[in-house]
Order: sequence, then C-alpha cells, then structure tokens
Amino acid sequence: MIKIEKLHKSYPIGKDSLHVLKGIDLHIKEGEFVSIMGSSGSGKSTLLNIVGLLDVHDEGNYFLNGQLIKELNEKKAAILRNKFLGFVFQSFNLISYKTALENVALPLYYKGMNRKERLKIALDYLEKVGLKDWANHLPNELSGGQKQRVAIARALVTKPKVVLADEPTGALDSTTTDSVMDLLKDINDEGMTVFVITHEEEVAEQTKRIVRLKDGVIISDEYTKAAKAV
Amino acid sequence: MKFLFDSDTWQEIYGSIRKNKARTVITIIGVLWGIFLLVVLLGAARGMENGFKKLFGNFATNSVFVWTQRTDTPFKGFQEGRRFKLNMNDIKALKSEYGDKIKFLAPRNQTNNLLVHNFKSGDFKVSGDYPVLDKIQKKKLIYGRFINQNDILSYAKVTVISEDMYKQLFDKGVIPIGEYIKINSINYKVIGVYGPSQGIDLDGDTAYIPFSTFKRVYNTANNIDWMVITADENTNIKQLESDVKLTLKSLHKVHPEDNRAFGSFNLGVEFAKFTDFLIGMQFLTWFVGIATLIAGVFAIGNILLITVKERTKEIGIRRALGATPKSIRQQIILESVFLTTVAGMLGIIFGGTILFFIDLATSSNEDIPLVNPTVNIPIIFIAFTTLIVLGTLIGLIPAHMATVVKPIEALREE
Repeated sequence: MIKIEKLHKSYPIGKDSLHVLKGIDLHIKEGEFVSIMGSSGSGKSTLLNIVGLLDVHDEGNYFLNGQLIKELNEKKAAILRNKFLGFVFQSFNLISYKTALENVALPLYYKGMNRKERLKIALDYLEKVGLKDWANHLPNELSGGQKQRVAIARALVTKPKVVLADEPTGALDSTTTDSVMDLLKDINDEGMTVFVITHEEEVAEQTKRIVRLKDGVIISDEYTKAAKAV
Repeated sequence: MKFLFDSDTWQEIYGSIRKNKARTVITIIGVLWGIFLLVVLLGAARGMENGFKKLFGNFATNSVFVWTQRTDTPFKGFQEGRRFKLNMNDIKALKSEYGDKIKFLAPRNQTNNLLVHNFKSGDFKVSGDYPVLDKIQKKKLIYGRFINQNDILSYAKVTVISEDMYKQLFDKGVIPIGEYIKINSINYKVIGVYGPSQGIDLDGDTAYIPFSTFKRVYNTANNIDWMVITADENTNIKQLESDVKLTLKSLHKVHPEDNRAFGSFNLGVEFAKFTDFLIGMQFLTWFVGIATLIAGVFAIGNILLITVKERTKEIGIRRALGATPKSIRQQIILESVFLTTVAGMLGIIFGGTILFFIDLATSSNEDIPLVNPTVNIPIIFIAFTTLIVLGTLIGLIPAHMATVVKPIEALREE
C-alpha cells in the first residue's frame, strides 16, 4: 500500500539545510496498523506529511497504492489525498463554523458528491463513531474525544485506502485516548490501513507494528504483541 | 462555470460569509458607498442637465440673433455712426449663400401696440413673422394654430396671442378662436392661443401676425428689424455668425472691420458653455464615482486578503481533505464577486432611493435647476459590470495567496 525507498528530505534553514529524513525504507501492506514512534525532531511528522502528500520528498521513491509519487502538482495531490488518504490530526482541525455533520461531509463535497447524498453518508459515519446525536453541534460544543471521533469519521468518509493519524491522542486524556484507539483498532479490523504517529508508548503498543525513528533513520521495525495475539 | 450553479458552492460561501460577519459588513459598506456615490452623483448631474434643458426649453439652441446698430468706421464715403436697416434682400442673399448651413432663417419686424377686445385692452408687443418661427421656438398652442403660408400669401389679418393676453382681453370661458381683436384700430381674427414657453422666451407676450400683413399695415417696405438664424446641427454656429456678418457688411457697405454695425447674440455659443459645463460635471462625477468604486473594491481585496490569512489553517484543512487549489481559488473569487455584487445592488437601491427623495424635494421648487434626477439603466449596467470585473480581479490576489501556501504550512499555522 505504502512503499518507501531511500527517502530523503531536508528543510532549508537560512543558508544551511536541515537533513530530516536520511534514507527511509518502509513498506506498509494493506490492512496494517502501523505506528511511527520517535521523539520530537526524529522526523516522524515529516514522514507523515510526505506520505500524506502534504509535502514532497527530495530523493528516493514513494509508491502509494502502487503509484509512483513524483512531481505531483497541487491539483493531482489534492485528488489523490481525497481519493486515498484520510487525515486525523492532533488538534482535530475541524472547521469551527461547520457542524459535526458538515465537517464529516466536507471531503465528499470535494469529491463532487451532492449535498443530500453526502450528508446521508456523513451521518452514517457519525453513527459509526457514536456521535449521531451530536451531528448538528458545532465543534466547540464537543469534548476533545468527541472532536477526534468526528475527525476520524471525516477521515473515513471517503473510504480511503489509508488513514493517517498525526498524534491522534496527543490532546486527549487517557480515557478518551483509549476510546479513540479502540475506534482506530475497529477501523483496522475492518481492513483499513492505519498509520499512526505518536510518541506515547501506550498508544504505540496498541498498534500491530511499531517503527521507531531516530534522527531521520529507522532504528527498529517490529510487530507488537497485539499483532502476535491475532 | 458549472460550479456557479451548484448549491454547494453557495452553501460554502454562505458559511464563510456568515462566519466573518464583521468583514462582510465592512466590505459591503465600502463598495456600497462607492456605487451609491456614483449613482447619486450621476443622477444629480443628469438632473442638472435636464434642468438646463428645461431652461433652454423648446428653443433651437443652435441659433444666432442678428440686428443692426450704428457703424463705427467710415467706409466707401459713408461717415461713421450711420444707421441702416436689414432688408428682405439680405435674407435672400443669405439663403442663397448659406443655404446648406442655415436650417431656419426668420426675418422679424416688431412693434408695440394697444390691443382691444370689446371693453378690455392691453399694451402688447406685435410681431410680424413667418411660419418658420414656430420651428425655431416651438409654440405650445392651447387653441387653434400658428400662422401658415396661406396667411402670408393672402395678407390675412389674423393673429396668434399668448394665454396671458387671452386672459386679459377675453372673458372667462369664451373660446377666442374666430373672435376679433383690434390692434392699432385694425381688426384681426384670433386664430391661435399659445401657452407660456418653457425656459427661454424670445418674445414674451406677443401678438403674432403674418409678416406680409405687418409689412403692409405698418408700411415697413422691405425692411426688417432683426433676424433669427438657426444653423444646421453640424454647422459651427460661431463661424456661421461671423460669415453671415461679413456678407451683411458687404451688402450694406459697412467696413469689414466694423464691430458695432451689427449686433448679435449667439445662443449656440451660450448653450455650448452650459453643455461644456455639464460635460465637465459629468466627467467629474464619473471620476469621483469610479475612484470611489475602485477604493471600495480595493477594500474588498484588502479585507479578503486579511481573512485569507486568518483562514490559512482552514484552507489547509480543506486542502488536506482534497480541495484542489482551483476549488479554493474559485471559492475566494466567488466570495469577492458575491460581496461586490450584493454591495453593488444595495448601493444602487440606496442611490435610487436617495435620488427619488431628491426629486421629491426639488420637483416642487422651480428655483433649483434639478429636473428628473435619474441614471440610465445602461450606465448602471456598465458600472455594475465594472464592479463585478474588478471584484473578480481583486479576488485573484487573495485567492492566489490562499493557494500559494503549502498545505502543510497552512496546517501548522495556529
């Protein structure tokens, strides 16, 4: 599903450049539940951004769903994002003046679906994350956990190939963290590839494969007990 | 263009406009003010134009009046200070020489006489005229008709009087047509009564009689007092005036440099001054109006730019969710156009309302030269189109700014 070969990325800082990713090789197959672990500055967010087509890499190859990602213009990137990827962010990134339902329906809008249909589908997904009754609430009327569940529903609504979660639990307490992780697990159980970035060990342990990143290189890549238990 | 008719597009715009209420209101006020000023100023300018037009009334403005005075230069054996008169030969000569330039040429003889009808009387001007006078200054006839060619040929003793004269000489309710009045003890049949002329009044209350009749009754021979020359629309009236004078000077053995021999009043030149003034005012109006409009549109661009900055993160989210740069641009431009359009419409409505009230307030007051202050629909249409075009162009800047930021950077924005 995601295949990365010798990926390099550096950011210019003034005259110098910061080499963030120093040759990453990673292969994530369909249906995997992978977490990228690493302290801040390890390059994990950069990796996610590249995987999420929000940023471009300098060197190496990146195949998404078998397609080589190269010299992508914004339009193509937008279409691929919409088609293959669902995003879940640490700070939820819901649009504040839209209701939960409208937020979930937004990716479908960019897909070109009509309003009636997309609101119906959005409502189904809200039901799936247990927030059907909150459909017409604005984000600021929801708790952190609820917001993240709305964000997950939004990530899922286009039936993407991969869900990319950037510190999905970073802003949540432990109870809601568990509920969000349970939700991600459920999604993965249904066959969705889930790609989580975190620096919390407990979160990573709930995934099936942990890739540890340090200073822009992969230092370990192993399957967890959770994976072995299946 | 399909996206224009997509209810979702408008849903999105409605959402973002509703969210940014303060911005929306300020923006709308900016443009509204611009187009409001344009409409009101144009309306006022038009009202003034109409006012002036009313002032000149039904008069053929491309006209010059010519009469004789005393010469101021000795010439061909004549001493200075000689008095002389225009005559019918001059008319003939002018007609043959300037036939293609002169539209109407009216020789006139005038005097003052006592008019009597039964036991009522009044002292009025009496004027011997040709039917062509009615073409130079259209008479609004209340009863009957003006002098015609038959009257001229038959030396008919007929007269056309003004409404005021009719009121003074006749009892109330009497139909004057066919009645006789005495002018200088000679009976004339009344064939017409004309109403007060709008704007310029050449003669005031005058009893018009056929030129030929005047000539015979007052024994004026071939002489005429003065003449009205109306030039063809394409003729420079000022040039014609000096040409005509030169011809007349040679006909009457007057020194070509004589400045006093012929008096004249060039209505065309006076009218042109007013027209120039109006053109100047209209130019000013357009200038001020359009400058204000542009300022308003720039305000829209400015505010959109700020909101785009504020909404960087939102735009980042939208792009992460699959919004193409094009769709983001479309939305922002459409917002800009929508705001300008709404503001423009409101401005036109307010402007129109104000003009309506101005009209209401001034129409009853004759002293204010403001008649029917209106704005042409095509002009509104042009202004409106300009507004929309400007709105689109100015929307391009924030739209570009919105998409030039990489989504990742937009998302990082707090």
